[in-house]
Amino acid sequence: MWFIKNSITRKNLMALTGLFLCLFLVIHLLGNFQLLLPKEEARLQYNLYSDFLSNNILVKLISYGLYASILIHTLDSIYLTIKAKKAKGSSYVKDNRGRASKWYSRQMMFLGSIVFAFLVIHFKDFWFVYKFGTLPLDTNGNKDLYGLVLVSFENLWYVLLYGFAILSLGFHLLHGFFSAFRTIGLYNPKYNSIIKTVGIVFAIAITFGYFIIPFYMYLID
Amino acid sequence: MVIHLKIWRQKNQHTKGYLESYTLNEVDAEMSFLEMLDSLNLKLAKQGERPVEFDHDCREGICGQCGVMINGIAHGPLKNTSTCQLHMRSFKDGDTIYVEPFKAKAFPVIRDLKVDRSGLDEIIAAGGYISVNTGQAPEANSILVSHEESESAFDSAACIGCGACIATCKNASAALFTSAKISQLAKLPQGQKESSKRTVDMVNRMEELDFGHCTNTEACQVECPQDISVLNIAQMNYEYNKAKLKS
Ligand code: HEM
Ligand code: SF4
Ligand code: FES
Repeated sequence: MWFIKNSITRKNLMALTGLFLCLFLVIHLLGNFQLLLPKEEARLQYNLYSDFLSNNILVKLISYGLYASILIHTLDSIYLTIKAKKAKGSSYVKDNRGRASKWYSRQMMFLGSIVFAFLVIHFKDFWFVYKFGTLPLDTNGNKDLYGLVLVSFENLWYVLLYGFAILSLGFHLLHGFFSAFRTIGLYNPKYNSIIKTVGIVFAIAITFGYFIIPFYMYLID
Repeated sequence: MVIHLKIWRQKNQHTKGYLESYTLNEVDAEMSFLEMLDSLNLKLAKQGERPVEFDHDCREGICGQCGVMINGIAHGPLKNTSTCQLHMRSFKDGDTIYVEPFKAKAFPVIRDLKVDRSGLDEIIAAGGYISVNTGQAPEANSILVSHEESESAFDSAACIGCGACIATCKNASAALFTSAKISQLAKLPQGQKESSKRTVDMVNRMEELDFGHCTNTEACQVECPQDISVLNIAQMNYEYNKAKLKS
């Protein structure tokens, strides 16, 4: 994508990949709510669900789209941030421009970087171990991912790390959701105010939804 | 009232600037900000020093020449007000006021508080007009425009080209300025014909001039003296995407 120099086109890609990731966040959360079932029921069902996901061809295709989205979104964010830095020129001695906007809208790169660092850890600890590591089998003969999740969240610091990353993601979405619609060109005032509200509700719901799982897993064990 | 000033002094584009301190002892609360600077310059001229150069023309909030950063805010503390419409009553006796030029790569400093904003003219020149064959004035009712449409287009047309949006933006994006013209013309039947070409040309020019991209922080509208809506930017994106999808 290095050849697309135009920043509106680059931002369209960020917006579309960002919205696709938002959709994924919802599905991933709904699937993981199965972890909240009673312990032994959750173990069998969650492991079966994971086995289904890793063997389904359609899910496989979507997952490639997902990896590509994360990559495009991140590369674009780096490209645009560098470009903006160049456009800025020298800085002000006295700078009070912050009064005109929300802090999280100005810190999207910082929040995104936290999310990215988290994704690396998250992939390494679960996705990688599930795919390439050796896990014990449950009574159905499926890999016991549930057991891995349970053990991981025994550590309070690990739970807090998740909490911090999820909070960063929440603020990223608080700005990102409505911003994406503006980027692709939604300019009707009425729909914009609806999208702004939906974005706030969405960001809060995702944040709390994802908060519940690590804290719940910590508490039951 | 007594006012302490810290003003950016810079001889030309190629020298480094610095903040110089001045104190004015007889500032009237009813003076405009520019009159206060005039009184400083009078004092400097009497002392044989080089006066502080700053841009201004109409001094009534319509030409867009007077923008400077005042205490780190474009056009100073009052929202939606140009520097020339700001008065010293917005400050307190004994205040220290920082005055700096607008800063962006596309706005090089000419001298002191004066910056070169010709990039904005170049963006307009790239397509911010309607090509018409001159001739007799057409019959007024031959193209119907509703009151709402004309008011909405006029809201966009109110941009005075001051550059505060760019100075305020963390990315030095000219999106608000450029989109105001694009959507003003896209809202009217006379402008719609050329909207695709105009949008692509103006956006490309904006990119070439090293302005940054828009991240929808919405700071620009807050500091814009004309309260130009950020939804103009969304409309620019719409027109741009439409033009690209059609081509
Ligand atoms: C689950 C992960 C993520 C989701 C759901 C997400 C979602 C979004 C959305 C919807 C936008 C708005 C796009 C727009 O303004 O047009 C956005 C913007 C942004 N994202 Fe993400 N993002 C994620 C991960 C990341 C990562 C890993 C990074 C960088 C390392 C990142 C950096 C950014 C930046 C810098 C922006 C602002 C771009 C701009 O406004 O110009 N994001 N994100
Ligand atoms: S949009 Fe507002 S801040 Fe930007 S140049 Fe026009 S009048 Fe000035
Ligand atoms: S001098 Fe004309 S707008 Fe301020």
